[in-house]
Amino acid sequence: MSEMTLDAPEDEGAVTVNDNPVESAIARLKERFPDAVSDDPRDGYEGVIVDADKLIEVSEALRDDLGFEYLSSVTGVDLIDDGKLEVVYHVYNIEEGGSAVVMKAQTDRDNASLPSLVSVWPGADFQEREVWDMYGVHFEGHPDLRRILLWDGFKGHPLRKDWQEPFFEEEHKPFGSRWPGGSVARIEDSNPFGKNVQYPEGWLPTGDEYDVEIDMYPHEPAHREDESTRMVTDKVTVNMGPQHPSTHGVFRMVVELDGETVVSLKPVMGYLHRNHEKIGERNTFIQNIPYTDRLDYLSSMGNNLGYVLTIEKLLGSEVTERAEWIRILMAELTRIANHLWALGFLINDLGALQTPMLYFYLERELILDFFEAASGARLLCNYMRFGGVAYDLPDKVRETDTMTFLHDLIYENIPNVLDQGENLFVGNEIVRTRSIGVGVLTREDAIAYSAAGPVLRASGVQYDVRRAEPYSYYDKLDFDIPVRYNGDVYDRLLIRMDEMRQSLRILEQVLPHLKETEGMPVIGGKPQYAIRMPKAGEAYGRVENPKGELGYYVTAKRRDANPQRYHVRAPSFINLTALGKMCEGHKVADVVVILGSIDIVLGEVDR
Amino acid sequence: MYGVGILKGMAVTLKHFVDTYLDDIYWSSRGGRYYNDKAFEVRQSLKGKGVKTVFYPEEKLPMPERFRFVPFLVTDDPPPGQNWGKDWCTSCGICAKVCPPQCIWIERGKLPNGRPKPEPVNFYIDIDICMNCGFCMEFCPFDAIKLDHDYELADYDRTTAHLFDKERLSKPISYWREIAPQKAAAEEAARTFAEQSKKKKKAKRGAEGEQEPAPTLNDEYARQLMYRGASY
Repeated sequence: MSEMTLDAPEDEGAVTVNDNPVESAIARLKERFPDAVSDDPRDGYEGVIVDADKLIEVSEALRDDLGFEYLSSVTGVDLIDDGKLEVVYHVYNIEEGGSAVVMKAQTDRDNASLPSLVSVWPGADFQEREVWDMYGVHFEGHPDLRRILLWDGFKGHPLRKDWQEPFFEEEHKPFGSRWPGGSVARIEDSNPFGKNVQYPEGWLPTGDEYDVEIDMYPHEPAHREDESTRMVTDKVTVNMGPQHPSTHGVFRMVVELDGETVVSLKPVMGYLHRNHEKIGERNTFIQNIPYTDRLDYLSSMGNNLGYVLTIEKLLGSEVTERAEWIRILMAELTRIANHLWALGFLINDLGALQTPMLYFYLERELILDFFEAASGARLLCNYMRFGGVAYDLPDKVRETDTMTFLHDLIYENIPNVLDQGENLFVGNEIVRTRSIGVGVLTREDAIAYSAAGPVLRASGVQYDVRRAEPYSYYDKLDFDIPVRYNGDVYDRLLIRMDEMRQSLRILEQVLPHLKETEGMPVIGGKPQYAIRMPKAGEAYGRVENPKGELGYYVTAKRRDANPQRYHVRAPSFINLTALGKMCEGHKVADVVVILGSIDIVLGEVDR
Repeated sequence: MYGVGILKGMAVTLKHFVDTYLDDIYWSSRGGRYYNDKAFEVRQSLKGKGVKTVFYPEEKLPMPERFRFVPFLVTDDPPPGQNWGKDWCTSCGICAKVCPPQCIWIERGKLPNGRPKPEPVNFYIDIDICMNCGFCMEFCPFDAIKLDHDYELADYDRTTAHLFDKERLSKPISYWREIAPQKAAAEEAARTFAEQSKKKKKAKRGAEGEQEPAPTLNDEYARQLMYRGASY
């Protein structure tokens, strides 16, 4: 990370004490709050520890005076040895790019409580709820602190280190029962309907006093009287989902309606929750790679890439040249495949049912054919490894030579489908009427709500991790970051078209490198099945996934084979924070389109 | 002009509609569009136009060599008159240790004197849990576990039929050579190479006089070994 900031161009001529913007920001913070801000003393850790009482003031100073106005990730860590819980904030400077100011706030494990930052960054809303859900940190001043991924009758806070799941076997994989004893035990045979469900005391699973809608909008009066007409209207609360084709999975929106107009919308999620992070902390480092496939299963290559980059930071391993080019090839093809899918579904949501959607999928299928030939699977590729990729490119894809296949795909098929897409909807009057001016997210709101990826860029923020903090070989490539300024559904639709064009530009530059490096090794060092951390530390790796900024926060102990903390900053999940804001004042039918324009995948939202 | 966009969009649909019929006409004199290997290959390639559908199960997509689905255990080809060949597995347990969902159970054999015998007594894979990641194949030092291409495993009973034991898992090496010829060849080359260099080392260490010829590999194998590593 430090290398990248050193290489950053210095044409600004700004003379500060330190050239590194993060370090100078931290120095100024310490100057202003000498008692409240101190360096993280632990070895291998970065950033500052902030006193809980001063957290809001420090955040405001960071946002207003130092230009770090984008809160990317909020996550908890259980420091069980010290009897403390820690909440980690990653804050970025959206104008300048570069790495994050990492703020940490600690609190006792019993009666854990911290001030909420929702008043400073509304984007902290869902993430703080997640920390409350998983760690039981009470955020003072949070407007709506409820569980988010788990259900109300869940007992305990599962990411705490002393919490154990009902079919708990061992703290870490590999489990001892598998070898050399090899006694088969089906987990469901051991206890099918016994203690696998626990309720907190006093909670009734069948109690009729529990009602989600009343629970969610508790203070709203049921009737409303219009002053001028003396008409009394009822507000209606409608559940959209969880079983609803427009939600792209099992996702629920509790919508409060005044007639056809949305007064308020609150998403309810967690139906696909499997506590990816707890599984990840049980797993060894390498075992997590196939699990990351299952996050955003439409762009598994990108998920793999983010994870291996993070662990490579911790390990300090080198990546071979050919592997880097292959990684970029895969990441950009994934972006195209994902956006083709997203646009197809967006058109579907707009009412052009099924048929036009399939026109986009034909080319996506070809990309998946290539993934299948290269990695062995179409969706859940499990292709990246620490230090490289698993296999070299295949010799053939469906009886066509690989390089010919890629060349034709990049120069003919995908441009053709993009042109076709333009004919299909860019000028289409129905699409324009339905999407222009719908679901507007202003630039200020997009930043405040921590929106990422196409949603952020459609709102006029030219921010892309590939440029802001380049990873892999992206700094060697020539491409533009598309940006659009209206922030409505139509712009989010167009920005995906623009991004695919830029991805094609990148791919065109990658192809000659692939030819040049043919025959070179695709992985550095010898592949190992058991990897231990050489030293303790934390790492936050992020990539620009098709859906937005995908970040992994991993901490490790020295000589440990399992991560201590493994957190995923899921872009679809955090982009949903702004959904309620975008939908207010629009009609019910528009809710479907606005949700489609965010492009969520429930595997990643619920984790 | 209002409506032009809609017409343009409809033209796209019309083109796709017409394409399917053009496709039909083209293949009518060449053995038909469906159930025809040649037509199927074109339909699934980059040049495919019109209908892209696969008429499963009459038509099936060809599996690429690296396709991975539920592992099987490699054995020697059974000697004449016998059903089973020798297991390649030495029950070292690496697959069970690296398996992300922990779906592999191995019972290691024991010699009469109580020491471990390099052979599995039992080997179970719960294929409902298996996530087809391929780590077992990738890290097996003896090439003894491979991922299969047979994906039609639907059954009526999940609890018994989907717990594969050693007998159900074992398949001869000739099967692997058949489904993944290139990979099998590269692995064989790697094994020969390793064996030869071991011999060479031994010869060097043992007697100074007799020098074995240096290992020779043809270029194709050498290339594969070099950039793919032993794991291909």
